[in-house]
Amino acid sequence: MNAVTHFVTPDFLPAAPEMFVLGMACLILVVDAYLSQNQRWITYTLSQLTLLGAALLTLMLHQTEPSLTFNDSFIRDAMGGVLKLFIYLVTGLVFIYSREYLKSRDLYRGEYFVLALLAVLGMMVLVSAHSLLTLYLGLELLSLSLYSMVALQRDSAVASEAAMKYFVLGAIASGMLLYGMSILYGVTGSLDLASISRGAALFTPGEAMPAEMPGGNTLFIFGLVFVIIGIAFKLGAVPFHMWIPDVYHGAPTAVTLFLGSAPKIAAFAMLMRLLAEGLGALHGEWQTMLIILSVLSMAAGNLIAIAQGNIKRMLAYSTIAHVGFLLLGILNGTLSGYGAAMFYTLVYTLMSAGGFGMILLLSRAGFEADRLEDFKGLNQRSPWYAFMMLLLMFSMAGVPPTVGFFAKLVVLQAAVEAGLVWLAAFAVLMSVIGAYYYLRIIKLMYFDKAGHDAPLVAPRDMRIALSLNSLGMLALGLFPGALLALCSRVVGTG
Amino acid sequence: MKLLLQLAAIVGLSVAIALSVAFLTLAERKVIGYMQARIGPNRVGPRGLFQPFADLLKLVMKEIIIPSGANRGLFIIAPILALAPALAAWAVIPFDDGLVLADVNAGLLYILAMTSIGVYGIIIAGWASNSKYAFLGALRSAAQIVSYEIAMGFALVGVLIAAGSMNLGDIVRAQEGSVMHWFWLPLLPLFLIYFISGVAETNRAPFDVAEGESEIVAGFHVEYSGMAFALFFLAEYASMILISILAALMFLGGWLSPFQGIPFVQDWFAWVPGIVWLLAKTSFFLFLFLWFRATFPRYRYDQIMRLGWKVFIPITIVWLLAVGLAVIYELPWWFDHE
Amino acid sequence: MHGYMHVTNNRIMSAEQIIFYIFASILTLSALGVITARNPVHAVLLLVLAFFTSAALWLLLEAEFLAITLVLVYVGAVMVLFLFVVMMLDINITRMREGFARYLPLGMLVALVIAFEMALVLGPQHFGLERVPAPMRHTAGYSNTAELGSVLYTVYLYPFEIAAAILLVAIVAAIALTLRKRTQNTRYQNPGEQVLVRREDRVRIVKMLSEQEGKRS
Repeated sequence: MNAVTHFVTPDFLPAAPEMFVLGMACLILVVDAYLSQNQRWITYTLSQLTLLGAALLTLMLHQTEPSLTFNDSFIRDAMGGVLKLFIYLVTGLVFIYSREYLKSRDLYRGEYFVLALLAVLGMMVLVSAHSLLTLYLGLELLSLSLYSMVALQRDSAVASEAAMKYFVLGAIASGMLLYGMSILYGVTGSLDLASISRGAALFTPGEAMPAEMPGGNTLFIFGLVFVIIGIAFKLGAVPFHMWIPDVYHGAPTAVTLFLGSAPKIAAFAMLMRLLAEGLGALHGEWQTMLIILSVLSMAAGNLIAIAQGNIKRMLAYSTIAHVGFLLLGILNGTLSGYGAAMFYTLVYTLMSAGGFGMILLLSRAGFEADRLEDFKGLNQRSPWYAFMMLLLMFSMAGVPPTVGFFAKLVVLQAAVEAGLVWLAAFAVLMSVIGAYYYLRIIKLMYFDKAGHDAPLVAPRDMRIALSLNSLGMLALGLFPGALLALCSRVVGTG
Repeated sequence: MKLLLQLAAIVGLSVAIALSVAFLTLAERKVIGYMQARIGPNRVGPRGLFQPFADLLKLVMKEIIIPSGANRGLFIIAPILALAPALAAWAVIPFDDGLVLADVNAGLLYILAMTSIGVYGIIIAGWASNSKYAFLGALRSAAQIVSYEIAMGFALVGVLIAAGSMNLGDIVRAQEGSVMHWFWLPLLPLFLIYFISGVAETNRAPFDVAEGESEIVAGFHVEYSGMAFALFFLAEYASMILISILAALMFLGGWLSPFQGIPFVQDWFAWVPGIVWLLAKTSFFLFLFLWFRATFPRYRYDQIMRLGWKVFIPITIVWLLAVGLAVIYELPWWFDHE
Repeated sequence: MHGYMHVTNNRIMSAEQIIFYIFASILTLSALGVITARNPVHAVLLLVLAFFTSAALWLLLEAEFLAITLVLVYVGAVMVLFLFVVMMLDINITRMREGFARYLPLGMLVALVIAFEMALVLGPQHFGLERVPAPMRHTAGYSNTAELGSVLYTVYLYPFEIAAAILLVAIVAAIALTLRKRTQNTRYQNPGEQVLVRREDRVRIVKMLSEQEGKRS
């Protein structure tokens, strides 16, 4: 009864974007039930408006000073705001790219949009989480939506298999994460990230145990290991990457596009909230673990990708490699390193959205353009889109005028700053190897003969968005300063 | 000593329930008999009064047949699993002010939990019998019980909101005043839904597709004989009595006198102990069970499901909202607690 | 009565401890049974037993709401549906057991290592009574249900709402993945229309000359 008498109504305003998205998702769910297939554009428009409205709300509520609400389980800060805006942007792109694909495969249903919006809500919760509980719930909301989106094409055996694998492995990862969290709760007695951070500050490596927290050291490391395993599973870092290729390959490409883009931003936020904000004091401990993950991811991702003939699988392994690079920035443990990792994440999400968008562009009813051969001679069929794909591939490979180069540069800088020159050298070597399979696509597009010359049919909005997305890679590469400055400014404000 | 006393009370209660069940079976045959212009059993004892004992004797003497290919252990354990929760739920039932075996605060929840696990006996019996009729009956019954449990649970939540307590004694005390203060009036839809769901929960007519003697001969207990069958019988009738006494406690003021609040008349009946009122109200509901069986044709299976999911659950949710508002705004007469 | 609370190496067990150990051992054994049972139906039933005993353990902690809800939700509803499905599936047990012996040594090794680590970390040296105080004993009027309710809707409002959204996802996903609308060749009744039907809709009365009259004319 005490809680009731001491209860102060929380400040709901900081969570207005979340409430808006949830409300709109419910509204769309109801509206969609009364629409016929020809009126499905209403659902689509409402979904886009939801993202737009959430973006406006996030912008309006933006403030540099972090503020907590809901009994400190929710944080609004500049980093969260920027990450959320990018989540909306990427999801909006995903909707534009996937509309035509969904239509041609009888997947153009309200559930796709509702589940995607609820996944966006999960990402927002994750981004603004300030307690282990909200962090975990946000992650589950995101993951459950994604599992069911993968299975949405229910007559497809590969999609069902992918969903099953994703679900089972995801559940194991959640279990690991939850176990680690429970240990952290046991040792600090709090779910609040700030309290955990205070508890972790008592951590003294090497010493037996600080007086204030008996046995804290062992327990912290034990909990940390499980938390990192959980995060690595979700990120898809080697050796916890087994699900990525199968899921990316099996899911309908429109879902793969979503899966491979926006959730990476949320995963970055999870890393930041848990490792940097919560367990920053244990940096020395988790740095070693992240180095191992990073080295293995870069090696396995880049080497296995070479052998892939399916472009979705190839991009899946490339994701794993990119996660390795992303971890390079984090493991530094400094603000500049976090800023670099954030820059890398945002750039990667845009590249990934564009890359999968190109597959969707080439796909038609009854035809998946997901093999490398499908890109043969794209230059003859459409020079413009061949050029767009060239930009995207250059960016992924990290070829200079594009932004991918700068993203790699800043995380390598961070690694060098951390005194890990050997790691940076290894990363460079791996990205050189990785460049091979990106450039192979460019070779196929420009130097091979097209198997057929079917024209590319895509609605105008998709063509414009895809072009802007790809040109953005070039533009950001020419002027990376603004985004880079933004990232390093907002990171660590929380 | 205290433990012994408790034990004696438990044994006494169980015997009382068993006896009530015995005479309920007789009452059923008699009532339905008269409704169908027959006399019913009238050979054993005066007016057939000892008929239940004759039935019992017969069942005890019969052999328990275990079908070939049946899962022996589960086959034997199933009737016990059906009966145990039906009896265990009685622990928290108050028969008069303070006359209760265990005065538990979470009594209502406990009842819900106990009634919800009775279904295991049925499912296991159906599966372990290695008979398709038994299995079909078990599946039907399991789906039906799980569906109606939700509506029933929501109805109980309404009672909980109205009374502000989950202790059954407190729920009755919250209805003090007069007949009009009893919860049947402000919770009328929930009351009806609770009782109908109770009929469905116990697999009684008109919701007895799980037994469906015309299609699947007797459902889940088709392979049972002798005492094993008697235990299922006991469980079903004990649940019926439980549902009835709960309806009396939660909606008809339990042990409270119906003449409470009426000048003079309430004094004339002041000497009647509360348990008599409670048992009278319970008997009324039990009579309804029998009346339904004599009157209504059996529901079709899809109709049962539609009624549960598409009618009852939405109504309960809406009414819960109404009750919640009434309690918050202290609706006069019922919820304006001084 | 509860003097053992601060004496960890008390030789004499209180009744409560005896109950705890009984339930804890049943719980462990039934959990073990879940993964080793040959028959999947037995495995499900053992899982039910495990839930039941863990509910009893929660009762010992005075968390009666959680305990009863565990029985109500998991035992009474979730596991019933689970059992429902398992019973209808014809699971080939021998095929599922293939490779069990082959993976056993490695599996045992991993399990032993994990058990050893957990013993090392989670033992009483870190979570013993002198490190973590025993939970406070509550007075008679304490209601776990009311306490939970009052924090659930205030302090934990935000996580509670997110959990609701997760359930919404579950509903949407379940319907999207399983509901198949059969538009053709389905015949269904509309009971509302059935009830509203009148005699005129079904019966047409045709006036005819009777046979006799027909002959005569």
